[in-house]
This record gives sequence, C-alpha cells and structure tokens, in this order.
Amino acid sequence: MRARKKKIDGNSFLLMITIVLFAIMYVIGMIVFADKNFGKLQVFLNLFINNAGLIVAATGMTMVLITGGIDISVGSVIAMTCMLLAWMMEIKGMGAIPSLVIVLVIGLIFGLVQGFLIAYLKIQPFIVTLAGMFFARGMTAIISTEMISIKNSLFLSWANAKIYLPFGGTINRKGVMIYPYIYPSVVLAILTLIAFFVILKFTKFGRSVYAVGGNEQSALLMGLNVKRTKLKVYIVNGLLGAFAGFLFCLNTCAGFVEQAKGFEMEAIASAVIGGTLLTGGVGNVFGSLFGVLIKGTIETFITFQGTLSSWWTKITIAVLLAFFIILQSILAKKKQKK
Amino acid sequence: MRNLKKVAALMLTVAMTVSLVACGGGSTNTAKTTDATTETTETTEEAATTETTDTSSEKIIVGFSQVGAESDWRTANTESMKSTFTEANGYELIFDDAQQKQENQIKAVRNFIQQDVDYIVIAPVTETGWDTVLQEAKEAGIPVIIVDRMIDVSDDSLFECWVGSNFLQEGYDAVAWLAEYLDSKGRADEDINIVTLQGTIGSSAQIGRTDGFEEKMAAYPKWKMLERQTGEFTQSKGQEVMESFLKSYDDIDVVIAENDNMAFGAIDAIEAAGKTCGPDGDITIVSFDAVAAAFDAMIAGKMNVSVECNPLHGPRVAEIIQKLQAGETVDKLQYVDEGVFPAETAKDIKPTRAY
Repeated sequence: MRARKKKIDGNSFLLMITIVLFAIMYVIGMIVFADKNFGKLQVFLNLFINNAGLIVAATGMTMVLITGGIDISVGSVIAMTCMLLAWMMEIKGMGAIPSLVIVLVIGLIFGLVQGFLIAYLKIQPFIVTLAGMFFARGMTAIISTEMISIKNSLFLSWANAKIYLPFGGTINRKGVMIYPYIYPSVVLAILTLIAFFVILKFTKFGRSVYAVGGNEQSALLMGLNVKRTKLKVYIVNGLLGAFAGFLFCLNTCAGFVEQAKGFEMEAIASAVIGGTLLTGGVGNVFGSLFGVLIKGTIETFITFQGTLSSWWTKITIAVLLAFFIILQSILAKKKQKK
Repeated sequence: MRNLKKVAALMLTVAMTVSLVACGGGSTNTAKTTDATTETTETTEEAATTETTDTSSEKIIVGFSQVGAESDWRTANTESMKSTFTEANGYELIFDDAQQKQENQIKAVRNFIQQDVDYIVIAPVTETGWDTVLQEAKEAGIPVIIVDRMIDVSDDSLFECWVGSNFLQEGYDAVAWLAEYLDSKGRADEDINIVTLQGTIGSSAQIGRTDGFEEKMAAYPKWKMLERQTGEFTQSKGQEVMESFLKSYDDIDVVIAENDNMAFGAIDAIEAAGKTCGPDGDITIVSFDAVAAAFDAMIAGKMNVSVECNPLHGPRVAEIIQKLQAGETVDKLQYVDEGVFPAETAKDIKPTRAY
C-alpha cells in the first residue's frame, strides 16, 4: 500500500498535474470565449491538426530525454526533410512514395551517425546534436535557398484528405454545415504515439531505455548493453524526426530553409511540461502529448483573444516550464529525504 | 498535512498561470460590452442609409494574419489595418502576428475559421503552402483577401483577391518624374548616364521596378543605362555597389535605388568620393518606398525623389469587403494608390505621413 502510494507521488503525479492543468485551461477557454465557439469540437481537433508533427517529435524527444540525453537537431532535420521532399518531387520529378522512403532512410542514417558518436565515442549529446542541427540546416540551404512549393498530386491528396467525423456538425454564420474533420497526419501521429507508449512500457528495449536513464552504472551492472540501447534510441529518434518532418510538410506543403526553427525546443518544452525529467529515467509519451496540447491551447487562446501579442505564448510556456521544473525538484528532494 | 500544503500551492500557481492568459480575454470582453450599445445604434443608422450593410445587425468580423513586425513598413501596414477595422467603423478585428512563421499563420487561419469570422485577410509570410488551409476556408464559405505578397496556389478561386503595390507602375512613375525634372532643368537634350542599384534579384519589388523603368526609358534615347547591379535592399550593400560604380564611371548623372535603404548607402558612397548629390548636387538620386528617413534625406537636400510603396492597405481592403458585402464581384488584382514625393515637397508632406 505504502509502496504504491510512493509511485503515484513520483511520475504519475507529474502526469496528472499536466492533464489537470490542460483540462482547467481548456474549460476556462470555453467559458471566456464561449461567444467565439471555443467549445467547438473542431477547435480541439485543430490542436492535433496543427501539431501532428510536434506530437511525433515530442514522442521521440521524450524517449531521448528518458535516457538522459538530448537531441536539438530535430527542428533542422524537419526543415531538411521538408526541403528534400519538395526538391525531390518538384525539381527532380520523383514520386511521392519513393521521396518519402528516401527521407525516412536519411533520417535514420542521421540518427545512426549521431547515436554512434554519442554512445560509442561518448561525446556529449548536446554537442553532437548541435553539430547535427547546424549540418541539417546548412544542407537545407544548400539544396535550395528558394522556397519550393509542393504540387505533386499524390502528396497533395494525402495533405488534403479530410476525414470527417459523422457527428458534431455545426452551422456557421454563413449557413454552411461543417462536420468536424481531421487529416491523415493526425491519425499517423496518434498511432506513432500509441506505438511508442507500448514499446517503452512493455518491451525489453523500453525497459532498458528507462534503466539506462535512471542509472547508467546499475544498468551496466545489470548486464544491459548501454551503448547499444543509446545507439538504438538515437536511430529511432532520427527516423521519428524525418517522420515528424513528413507530417509537418503535409501541413505546410512547402520546403523552405527557415521552416521549423526552434521546433526542437518546443518538443523539449512539451516533454518537460508532460513530466519528463531532463536528468533521465522518468517520462511518459502521453505526458508529452498533453505538453503539446497545452502549448496549442495557449496559442488558440491568443488568436481567439485577438489583440494580445502572440509572444505571450512563449512567456506563458516559460512560466509553465519554471513551474514544472520547480515541482520536479521539490519531488526529487522529497524522494531523497525518504 | 504536508501534502495538503503542496496541493494548495499547486492550485495557486495554476490559477496564476491561467489568469495570466485569461486576463487579456477578460478585458476585451468588458470593452466589448461597453461598446455594444453604441455599436448597435451605429449599425442601425448605417443600415437605414445605405444598402451595403450586412443584413444582420452584427458587425463584420475580420481576421487578419500579419507576417510580423520586422520593419517600419510592416508596422505601418498593421496600424493601417487596426485603424480601419475599428468597432466604430462597424468591424471587429482579430489580429494575429505570425512571428515570421508560416506554420503560425496556418494555425491562425484555422482559428479564424472556427471563430466564424466573416472575412480572412492574410499578409503571407511565404508564397507557398496555402492550398490546404484555404480549402478549409472555402468550404466554410469565408472569403480570403491576400495583401502585400502574392501567394502561389493551384486554384485561384481559393482567394477572393489580392491587394498590394504595383511595382511596375512605380517604375513608370520614376521615369515620368525624371523626364519632367530633367526638362525643368533644361537638360532634356543632354546625354544622361544612369546607374541602378537593384533590389534582391527575383523579388517582386525588384522585378517590377526594374522592368517598369526599363520599359518607359526606351522613349528617351538620350538616357543611357551604364550598369545595373543588386544591392540586395540593404544600406551597406548599396554603398558598396555605389563605390564600385563611382570607380568605374566618372560621369554618373542619375542613380536609381530600388529602395530607400540602398539610396542612403549610395549617398554615403557619393559623399565619401567627394561628390555631391540631391537637388543642388552633381548626381540625381531617385529612390523607392518613401519611408520617413527618406523624407529626412530629402529635407537635408541629399535625395531628389522617392516613389511611394504604400503600406496603408486598410482602406482598400475595407472597400473590397464593403463591395463583397453588397454582393458585387471584385477584381482579382487590386493596387493601392501610390504617390511620388520630390524633395521640394518633402518638408510639407512629412508631418502628414503615417510611417
């Protein structure tokens, strides 16, 4: 009984706070902006539509953070992925499917190189992925400094394929009946999230990820292959980065060197708000999902409000981050006392 | 006990964070209710006098997604929208600053659709990537008006119209002014050597201004374009290119700078070379944009003329919205009115300028 309570105090407690915070914010939004349709189902679905790429990036980031590492190359990898997709399809005239396969392979190789440097040469993850960040952004500009618009019909059909829900339709002021909808990117993002929840929770690989992050020495003594686990984590994260790039691209349909700047920081912030510890060993991908949704809700607040500077999003996120970090350190101290 | 304290502290922090976001919302709400009474009386008055007003007694809601606040021009553009779409004029403006990010603009447009706005106005960050979200707006029956930069979409019916500067016309205006100026100085029959500091190659401002000038210049066989080179719209690059021009040619009569910043650079280069420019100088400076600093340069007697690039899009957009409200069709491309401001008028005009 005692042991069970302790468990709730730690990881799940942080996750619960995140979920409760999201719920409170959302309900407040529905009350404050009741006259502006904040309560519409589509507003909620838009959180997923707008942030499909971020959900996937935050999932990968959570896994990396659990090992005690970090990957700040994600934003640049996303920009490079979008640019490569646009360039291959529009300039080289390649098909959408081969282009997608190629960018996923490139993401995987990118992760492999970073993971090798981190796991086997024991270089700081921050430095390795900083180099990766510059490299990927630089390569994006080398491919093209011009913006490339994607007009490939198969790709656009993926991007524009609305999946309507059979209920919850509303009539807007123009008298048009619209059913709530999502895009395939949302389904893909949620499936990825669920898959990684299962992998981290129920597989040997998942358990070793937590073990490595919790205490590398004991993981080693337990006979876990720490290096290989880390390598795998960065490879998978590279792949997820490219996949997040694909989902991002489905939303923007363009390749441009300035895209997704600071995206990695949004992913880190989402993970931390979702209860992941930067020191490793603790984290949950569903927490990160709620981190993303909280960010999305703040953004929605600001557009609905209509006169506030959109920089308030950043300020509010900063306040939330500070709040969660302080909470985490209080919890960690309590743990030590016991 | 300890747990209770913790929970209490937690709730407090949450409440604080939320109130931070919520307080902005609250203040507008009160503002709205106070204005609501005056609003209804106004709209009914309007409805009685003109038939252009919407059938519903409500005000027109406009969602405007702006690029950011990177320049004076942009700020003036935003202010123009804000001062046009006021509650007093029968509008409610929902403004969103995209911080130079296309993904933010897409999010903003999605939110506008959910807020049931009547019109969406976008000053796009990028030309591309608009198909998906504009399709959503179209399905919701919300007309979209594009301002400033053009967008590149597969289907033109995704937006109602575009409002912006006619860069080609600006080029024509520059030639017309120069011809008249040279005539008034009695130099119409002289050979005139011209150099051009071009903007960033490929930008719509550069293409329009260069082509416009070249096209109309053909009517003046005495004018000779010595060289064109890009100064990338920056003061430092403009100065650098002008320095190289001054080294290559010793009889430059006219400098065409495709924006004011490059003109400032050119002025520095000319003065450093020991020459003079402006109405009383050796070299005539023709510039574009007409920002506040250009008026200062003209008042100081260093620049001859600046052709305006008007950021005040608000009134034109409002005019289009009124037409659409009345069920009229509008032209796909709409240009804002732009003036030519020679040095002799600079002093009188400057106080009236909004940017």
